This record gives sequence, C-alpha cells and structure tokens, in this order.
Amino acid sequence: MTGFHEDEARRLLLAALFAVMLALGLAVLMPGAQAAESRTLLNVSYDPTRELYQALNESFVRQWKAKSGEDLKINQSHGGSGKQARSVIDGLEADVVTLALAYDIDAIADKAKLLDAGWQKRLSYNSAPYTSTIVFLVRKGNPKQIKDWGDLVKPGVSVITPNPKTSGGARWNYLAAWGYALDRNNGDAGKAQEFVTALFKNVPVLDSGARGSTVTFAQRGLGDVLLAWENEAHLALKEFGSGFEIVTPSLSILAEPPVAVVDKVVDKRGTRAVAQAYLEFLYTPEAQEIIARNFYRPRDPEVVKKTAGAFAPVKLFTIDDVFGGWKKAQTEHFSDGGVFDRITAKK
Amino acid sequence: MMSGKAIREPALVRWALTVAALAFLALFLVAPLVAVLAEAFAKGWAAYVRALSGDDTWSSIRLTLIVAAIAVPLNIVFGLAASWAIAKFDFSGKSLLVSLIELPFSVSPVISGLVYVLLFGLQGLLGPWLVEHDLKVIFAVPGIVLATIFVTFPFVARELIPLMEEQGREEEEAALTLGASGFTAFRLVTLPNVRWGLLYGVLLCNARAMGEFGAVSVVSGHIRGLTNTMPLHVEILYNEYDFVGAFAVASLLAVLALVTLAVKSALEWWHRDELAAIGH
Amino acid sequence: MSVLALKLSLPRRMPSVIPGFGPTLGFTLAYLSLIVLLPLAALVIKAAGTTLEQWGAILSDSRVLSALGLSFGGALAAALINTVFGLLVAWVLVRYPFPGRRLVDAVIDLPFALPTAVAGIALTALYAPNGWLGRLLEPLGVKVAFTPLGVVVAMVFIGLPFVVRTVEPVLHDVDLELEEAAASLGAGRVQTFLRVILPAILPSLLTGFSLALARAVGEYGSVIFIAGNLPGVSEIAPLLIVTKLEQYDYVGATAIATVMLGISFTLLLAVNLLQKWRRARMGG
Repeated sequence: MTGFHEDEARRLLLAALFAVMLALGLAVLMPGAQAAESRTLLNVSYDPTRELYQALNESFVRQWKAKSGEDLKINQSHGGSGKQARSVIDGLEADVVTLALAYDIDAIADKAKLLDAGWQKRLSYNSAPYTSTIVFLVRKGNPKQIKDWGDLVKPGVSVITPNPKTSGGARWNYLAAWGYALDRNNGDAGKAQEFVTALFKNVPVLDSGARGSTVTFAQRGLGDVLLAWENEAHLALKEFGSGFEIVTPSLSILAEPPVAVVDKVVDKRGTRAVAQAYLEFLYTPEAQEIIARNFYRPRDPEVVKKTAGAFAPVKLFTIDDVFGGWKKAQTEHFSDGGVFDRITAKK
Repeated sequence: MMSGKAIREPALVRWALTVAALAFLALFLVAPLVAVLAEAFAKGWAAYVRALSGDDTWSSIRLTLIVAAIAVPLNIVFGLAASWAIAKFDFSGKSLLVSLIELPFSVSPVISGLVYVLLFGLQGLLGPWLVEHDLKVIFAVPGIVLATIFVTFPFVARELIPLMEEQGREEEEAALTLGASGFTAFRLVTLPNVRWGLLYGVLLCNARAMGEFGAVSVVSGHIRGLTNTMPLHVEILYNEYDFVGAFAVASLLAVLALVTLAVKSALEWWHRDELAAIGH
Repeated sequence: MSVLALKLSLPRRMPSVIPGFGPTLGFTLAYLSLIVLLPLAALVIKAAGTTLEQWGAILSDSRVLSALGLSFGGALAAALINTVFGLLVAWVLVRYPFPGRRLVDAVIDLPFALPTAVAGIALTALYAPNGWLGRLLEPLGVKVAFTPLGVVVAMVFIGLPFVVRTVEPVLHDVDLELEEAAASLGAGRVQTFLRVILPAILPSLLTGFSLALARAVGEYGSVIFIAGNLPGVSEIAPLLIVTKLEQYDYVGATAIATVMLGISFTLLLAVNLLQKWRRARMGG
C-alpha cells in the first residue's frame, strides 16, 4: 500500500466532490441574494384556486402600488384544504386563508386561536366572495347518457371522485349526492344513505385530491364520469381539449369557499391593512369579473347579470339548509366511524 | 478481471442471467425513466427549455441544492464516525445501535415530517418557545433541512458499516503497531479501503436528499418560490396540468442522478489500476 | 467512555489498540439522539396520551388492519422480489462485463433520485389500462394500476437499489482465490456459489432485504398514485395516517405511526441480531 498514491487519489476524489457541490451551491445562491426587500403577503389557499389567485394577485398588486406606492408581493401556497389548514395551525404564517370549506377555517380558529370564532361574519356573503357548485364531466358524446345524479348509481357506470376524507372538493361531491337523494325521497335519510352507498360502489379509484381525480379521469382514461367543481370542470375542458363535455345536474350544492384574515399573524407581521384591503378587493367589480372569467360564480349582482351566460342555471341548496352547517355534516358523515366510513366498509 | 476458466459459468448461463437482469431493469427502472423523458419532451425541445426557465423553478432548484449541501456533509461525518465506532470495536448493544441508525429508512416519510411538526410546530412541544424567540423552524428552510437529514440519515453509515466489518481491523492494528497515529491510520488505511463504498454512500445520500418528497412536503408549507424544493415543485406543476413542466423538472433530477453516477464510473475507470491493486 | 469500552469488549479479542472509540461513539450517539431519537420521542409522547381503549379501537378497526396488512404484506412481497432480482442484477454487473454496463449501473440509483411522486406518476402512466404496459397486460386479464398489485410494483421500484447497492461492493470483494480453490477441489459452479459466495454475501443480502422491506413499508408518495386507495382493498397505512391528520386527529395518526414504527424497528432489530448471531457462529 503506497501511501502517497492512495492519499492523492483519495484527496482528489473528496475534494472534487465537495468542490462541485460547493460551486453549485454558491452559483445558485448568488442571484437569490439580490432580491429586494418588499412587503409580502402569504395567501394559503386550496388546490383549484391557483389560476384564479394568480390573476387576482396581479391585479391587486397593481392597484395597491397605485394607492400606497408600496411594492407588494403576494406569495401563494396551495394544497388540499384540510392539509393547508393544518399547516396554518402548526405555524405556517398565513396573512390570509382562502380555503374550500368554512370548517377548515373554523378549525384554525378553534385549535390554534389564530382568529376569532366569529370570523365568518366579518365580510359579506358569509365571507365567501365567490361560489361554485358540483357538476359532472363526461366523455364526448356522453356515451353512458349521464344526465343527473340518478344515472350515477346505474350498474356499469364508473364514477371518479377524490376521497372525501382527504379532499374538500370530494366532501362537496358527497354532500351534493346526499342532498339530491334526500330531495327525491322526501327527506328520508335511510334512502339517501342507500343512494350514496350505491354511488360509491361505482367508484374504482379514490384519489387524495381533486386534481388527482381529474388526471385519473382525463389522462388515464378511467371512469365514465368525473364529479368536479364547476370551475375545475371548465379548466379541464380548457386543458385537456375536446374529448369531454360538462353535464349540469338538476340539483346541486352551493359551495361557498370562504376567506379570512388571520388576526394573530397580521398583527405580528404588521400586515393587517393590506391583508384586509386584499380580501375586500375580492368583492370589487374588477375582481368579480376575474372570478367569473375563471369559472367561479361571482357574487356582485351586476357581474352576475353580465356573466349569466357562462353558467348553466341549476337549482342549488346550501349546506346550512340541508345538513345544519359544516360542523354537523363533518361529524356525522366524515369523521372516523361516520357514515362515509360505514358505507365504504360494507363494500 | 477473472483468471481461470474453472470459476466462470458457461456462456449460455452468463447470457441468460444477463438477459434476465436487464429485462427486469428495463421493466422496472428504464420504462419509468423513459416515461418521464417522453412526457418532458412531449412538446419538443423548446417547450422543455421554456418549462425550466421559470423563476419559481429556479428558486426550487436553488433551495434543493442548498438543502443537499448542508445535509450531505453532515451525514458523511456522522457515517464515518458511526461506522468506525461500530466496525472497529466490540461493545454490547451494537445490533440495537445499528437498528436505530437504520430506523429512518423504515419510518414512513409522512411520519418523518410529522415528528418535526410535533416538535417544532405551533402546537408542538417546543412551538411556544420558538414563537417567543421569533425562530422559525418548520415551514422554513431549517425544517426542510432537518427533514432531509432525517430521511438521508442512514445512507453513508449503512454503506460503510458492512464494508468496514468485512475488512476487519488487522490492517489498522498493524499500522498502529508500526507507530502511526489513529488519525493517520484512518486516513491512510481505512479510508482508501472503504472509499468506493463511501462514494456510493455519498452519491445515494445526495440523490435521496434532492429527491425527497413526502417528509419535506409535510414541513415545507408549499410557498411558491420560497419553500418549494424541486420534488415539491414537480407536484405543483403537475397539479397545474403543466405536465411538460413537471416532467422537465423531474427529468432534471433524474439526469442529475445519472450524471453523478457517470462521474463515479469515470473515477473508477481512471483509478482502475489502484482498484485492482487493492483487490477489487 | 474508553473504560466502558474495555468493560464491554468481548473477552475473545484483546483490548483493541485502535483509538477513537470514545469520540466516534459519542458523536454517533449525540447526532443520533438529536436528529432521530428526540423527534421520534415527540411522536411517542404524543401517542402516550392515547388511552388503552383508544388503542384498542384503533387497532381493531378492520380498515386499519387491512391497511397495515397491505403495507407490510406488499412490502414483504416487494422485498423478496428485490432480493432475488437485486442479487441477480448485482451479480451480472460485477461479474459479466457487457457493453453498456456502466450505463446500466448508473440507472440503478434512479429510484433514489426520482422524487417518489414522480415515480408514482410515471408508473401509473405506464401501467394504467391506457398506458404502454397496461395496454399489453389488460388483454391478459392482469390489472396493475389501481390494485394491490400496483402497490407492489411501486414498492419494488423504490426498494431495488437497496439490495443491489448493499450486495454489489461485497460481491466485488469476494476472494476469487477462494473460488478457484473450491473449483480446484472439484466443486461445481452452483456448489461454489452456494458454499463459498453466498455465505460471504449473505449478510449484505439480508441487510439489503431488510432495508428494502423497511423502506417499502413506509412508502407514501409513489404508492398513492398507483394504488387506487379504496378502503380495505388498496389503501396503505401511511395514507390512513395522512387521512387522520387531515381530520386533525393527531392521536389516531400518531397511534398508527407508532405501531408502524414499532413493527419496522422490531424487523430491523431481528435482522441485525440474526446477522450478529451468524457472524458469531461463522467466526467461532
């Protein structure tokens, strides 16, 4: 074992390795160092709102600059609604949250006390500046002739929906189906459960999020019908081309994705004014039009009238009317041992 | 490489084994790789380059490299220390120690992230203290680094321990008897003996550090352009239906792995004489 | 520390002249505690808040049981497949120089480098009924994507490098002279392999097996894309943990996590003790 030779080889080897790593690290660090300090807001949102907030943020940043002269940067975080709420509870410093269900913001208020329990009263329309509903996406020409909820339980129809335990959107799907069955059976909960059980018998895959289900349906070619947010269905048409069409059922649920300023965070970071202005901006006609363009249903009566053509008329019921609010619906249907667990266990 | 016909299998057997191994690899490794590349280049070279030129993509690449640059050296030092202690000495409880070192392999990535949330989260054991001192661990770079260290923890050590055990301790003992200091013995005897194993370990550790998804996902907060590593950015792009972008970033990770492996192969080839000399 | 070392060292060997036991073991233990044990302790503390009844309820839930069954059963199947084919691949790479060998060698580590989510997406794209491979398998009545079989495929993918990479360096080091000696004493190739080579590489093979197994048990990212995630059929245990977390059920999540941790750790410990026993027997 000749020491010199070995030593040299070893040193060469390790030095080269570290040098490469260090150089790479430094090279990419450089441009980051020059990023200018400016005011930032963090908006923690759910999955399908990416495109919406991209457009809204651009517009608000421009407006804020004109009004206050301040450069604003809005950072976005997207993911499943429940997961996002949990991150905020565990310390993700969100100035505003814009989630899929009021239940998730309630959880932030309840478990981390980061905002007041009465948050939903602070902005108009239950703090939901836009709404959406659940529709069907079917394959071109609708080969299985799926027209309404009743067609989903027919034998041989394969239904794609995400898992209600992990996806906010899927909970709306489930509740919409339940509400339809109640409506058809004069409020008989037993019949409704039978209906939803039959529906989930036709589900071959439960993806964990809404976007995963869309990909399963559109890219992998699984299933005859996808239950989706209205805005997601329109986006899927845009992204995946002409192989699909949207079917609007006779009756569906009014989904109200709420927004809120996170008090403790904005007070700590000194961003209350801008966070408040940001959420109020969502109700302005300018923002409402952007909202409509992204296939969310606007609230502003003027904009509603102007964009009526873009949204199919559908009879909508609210979760408060039929299920007595989110807390009740959550415990009854989606908690462990709840109705959803029981109907899927029977399979 | 081999001397003597007696220790060689018949050509037919060699051929059959090689084909079987290659077929298995083609089915399980190459096919997914090809699928990734096919998706990345589905819309041509220009779309591929465009997909990689976004600001958010670059900041995710930067963050990934920073994280790896911190996590990997720390785990190298640990791996060397641990394998030295375990392979060169006898003590009771060794199996327990080795099992504990391997434990992060078997901990679900979801749990690896979760434990740091339970420790450093706002509702966690140390959360209130951290808030008081205005320190951010999770949903910031330190948390991502910690989760990465956890996940890649055993790689270097696990690679070195069996190797050092196989080689025994006679050579070091001889060097020490001849008057070398402990560190010199380590440098001149142990390190050259295990350096290929070490290199493997480092490369694997690095690859995994860059590719980790589950654990990092739990502690990252997913803030675009700030706390997204490359794997997280892949998921984001995929969820935006930007398949070319998602697979382009993924292909970058795959190519990175292939390049580091190519470098390793080249080094082995350059030093093939030495390798032969020490009995490889 | 070194006094401890002397006390603990086995009588069969003279006290080692090799220095550095104290510092290296000390550092190892400190780093291990800080990075691994302390955070895991947080998990156990959290789970300790669970009452016996809650434990009973969680562990007797058929959904939890079938998820744990799938995670461990699938991982076991995948690890066995990986042990056989990993050994084969390592053998071919070490012993048979063929064109493109280095390239193939480089590909082995791909599962480490590819983000698990990407691997899951890629595998799903391949094995879905309309994918390249799924299309070929469907007429044969074999469904991979969205079934438990898909779970095993994803687990094979992520576990393979563990076996190959632990066996490969040891296989390199197997003394060819021993093989030649065996051959000159009239042993056939198979006999030489079983009697000379296999005993030498068995520890690493076993290690590779246990690592592949342990890794596959906890895998999440790649599996959820290909699994189908139907409760009781193709739902893995880590997904249940995530599900419970989404419902802010930290107790349930940490309980399942602790059970998984316990089983995995026992498996690893068993394999390592087996190694030690084997080493003692061989050495003695």
